[in-house]
Amino acid sequence: MTLTASPETGASPAAQQVTMSGAINRALRDAMTADADVVVFGEDVGTLGGVFRVTDGISRDFGEDRCFDTPLAESGIVGFAVGMAMAGFRPIIEMQFDAFAYPAFEQIASHVAKMRNRTAGKVNLPIVIRIPFAGGIGGVEHHCDSSEAYYAHTPGLKVVTPATVEDAYTLLREAINDPDPVIFMEPKRLYWSKGSIKSALAATTFDSFGRAAVRREGTDVTLVAYGPSVDVAMEAASAATESGWSVEVVDLRTIVPFDDETVVASVRKTGRCVVIQEAQGFAGVGAEIAARVQERAFHSLHAPVLRVAGLDIPYPPPKLEHFHRPGVERVLDAIARLQWGDDPDTRFLTSASKGGDA
Amino acid sequence: MPAPMPVQFLDDQGHRVHVFNDDYPEPSSEQLVAAYAAMVIGRRFDIQATALAKQGRLAVYPPSRGQESCQVGSMLALSQDDWTFPTYRDSMALVTRGLDPVEVLTLTHGSAHCGYDPRANRTAPQCTPLATHLIHAVGFASGEQRKGRPTVAMAFVGDGGTSEGDFHEALNFAAVFKAPVVFLVQNNKYAISVPLSKQTAAPSLGYKGIGYGIASEQVDGNDAMAVLAVLNKAVAHARCGEGPVLVEAHTYRLDAHTNADDATRYRVSDEVDEWLRRDPIARLEAWLRHEALIDDAFVESVAQRAEAFVADVRDRMSVDLAVDPMSLFDNVFATPTPQLLEQRAMVEAELEAEEASR
Repeated sequence: MTLTASPETGASPAAQQVTMSGAINRALRDAMTADADVVVFGEDVGTLGGVFRVTDGISRDFGEDRCFDTPLAESGIVGFAVGMAMAGFRPIIEMQFDAFAYPAFEQIASHVAKMRNRTAGKVNLPIVIRIPFAGGIGGVEHHCDSSEAYYAHTPGLKVVTPATVEDAYTLLREAINDPDPVIFMEPKRLYWSKGSIKSALAATTFDSFGRAAVRREGTDVTLVAYGPSVDVAMEAASAATESGWSVEVVDLRTIVPFDDETVVASVRKTGRCVVIQEAQGFAGVGAEIAARVQERAFHSLHAPVLRVAGLDIPYPPPKLEHFHRPGVERVLDAIARLQWGDDPDTRFLTSASKGGDA
Repeated sequence: MPAPMPVQFLDDQGHRVHVFNDDYPEPSSEQLVAAYAAMVIGRRFDIQATALAKQGRLAVYPPSRGQESCQVGSMLALSQDDWTFPTYRDSMALVTRGLDPVEVLTLTHGSAHCGYDPRANRTAPQCTPLATHLIHAVGFASGEQRKGRPTVAMAFVGDGGTSEGDFHEALNFAAVFKAPVVFLVQNNKYAISVPLSKQTAAPSLGYKGIGYGIASEQVDGNDAMAVLAVLNKAVAHARCGEGPVLVEAHTYRLDAHTNADDATRYRVSDEVDEWLRRDPIARLEAWLRHEALIDDAFVESVAQRAEAFVADVRDRMSVDLAVDPMSLFDNVFATPTPQLLEQRAMVEAELEAEEASR
């Protein structure tokens, strides 16, 4: 094992400028250095370093025993990880793309999520399933799905999605340390985004799970977002100041466990809330958040919680994806519809006028 | 390549024959006598469990009467430190392995999922989703091999399960990683109601290993001597690093799929009668008596042991086991999420209110 073979390795305590994919690579290396039971496997993660180069150089530096290619079969990869975990390893596996993880869904939903429960706590599965997800990279069909709701709806899984480079490092380290399975969803559009991380070789304490981060403070509206929608929310918040709105942005960081406390505290303060997700909106994570907010903070709300989500369509072809993905304009429109005056704006809610006589 | 005909040591009457068995050493007398006793006890247990299901003591029971050679032979071929990955129909095998029969029946009793400690018993939870556990066995065996431990994993599947994708992914992964796994296909001729002819066009299920580069064999699954001979060798083959083995055992499910099934809707009694004439216990008993390895006194003593065994099961299953509603919230995660704690408090309050209203 040569820890200095790559420019991204070496135990410098100083903060380093890296891309998100570099931060994830660094987290994998640091976790592998800290714990000999941590192994990485999946399709193309070895020699190639993954199609997004997230595992670049790891097989070379840690050896093929620690980072290896598998046959091309997602259900097999996840099931193999279940067995490896039972033998004492902490597998980190890569599903190459969001939609390519669907063949593994039975393994994830019936085994990964349930093993601790089925065995009354005798067998736990410390597995991290990394899934590059969501769009915005001009990917053709089956490469850009937002699949987080399937996992968040499955009891027994933690669902994590970083929005910043620093979080990509710390949340992944925390996921690897977690005694339970974690679906680690990497917003692939942000792989090339830059930020700084403080790499920690030792297994230090990470405590971000279940703690949303307030990325920007404000007093008029709360934007709740996660993963690939946080930078959209931040941009919208900046733009909203031109209209005189002071916007707070809450980044969930982990969808499961969910941080009701931070979200509700923010909405109680601002009195208005918009939830943003890139995934199709119907029955999605945003719907859950909206429901939770109104269940807990109804009397603090001056307007219904609105959702800005992807359209309820299969992910569109590259030249049409910008119509689908929630952008700054759609977020600003939603903010504008938060009943600042007395007339609710139901322009795009035609069914509202067909629900019986008022 | 598997033998062109199932390997056989004893014909239907228990006469010693030589059908493609030249490659297999005859099992020791001790192992054969132990197999006889375990089959008698195992069958008695199986009949008792079916009776408990009919009495409503078990929610359901999937019997394996008629498959005693496979159930017992597979377990006697393993060492204490080996692991097994069973299906729901392999309760007899687990009892043979020495697991507490009441813990084995917990799943169908309905008070918990897996009733035994998989680690302490070196036995994975009985698996209901078909073939999904085979790839766990592969990952586990590969993990054990990577840790330098000489463990072999014995994984069970039925004829229907060989049609599942995970069966094929498991074979392929096992071959690629040279995992020390023995796959035992108990071809009992029916997947609930669907006969083998509608399941596969392969000349034998044992042939399914060929395309994956796996050593494969087929054996008379009602001939305990043949099953032991083939599995003894398969386990040795896997243990010494030669890679996985696929064994198809031709047997027959004498009972319906479960007590909730009516087998007369899809098969004729003549067929069952024909298989009753190939009774695995009678065959081995005839040969052991012929060789003077057992006598009337021994047969009687085994019958008594079997009665004592099921009397204990009956006694312990007739007591209503206490269930704790609060246990619902244990073991979803190592540490419950805030949302689970809220739901726990709700159920607790419901129970207190119920208690107060009595």
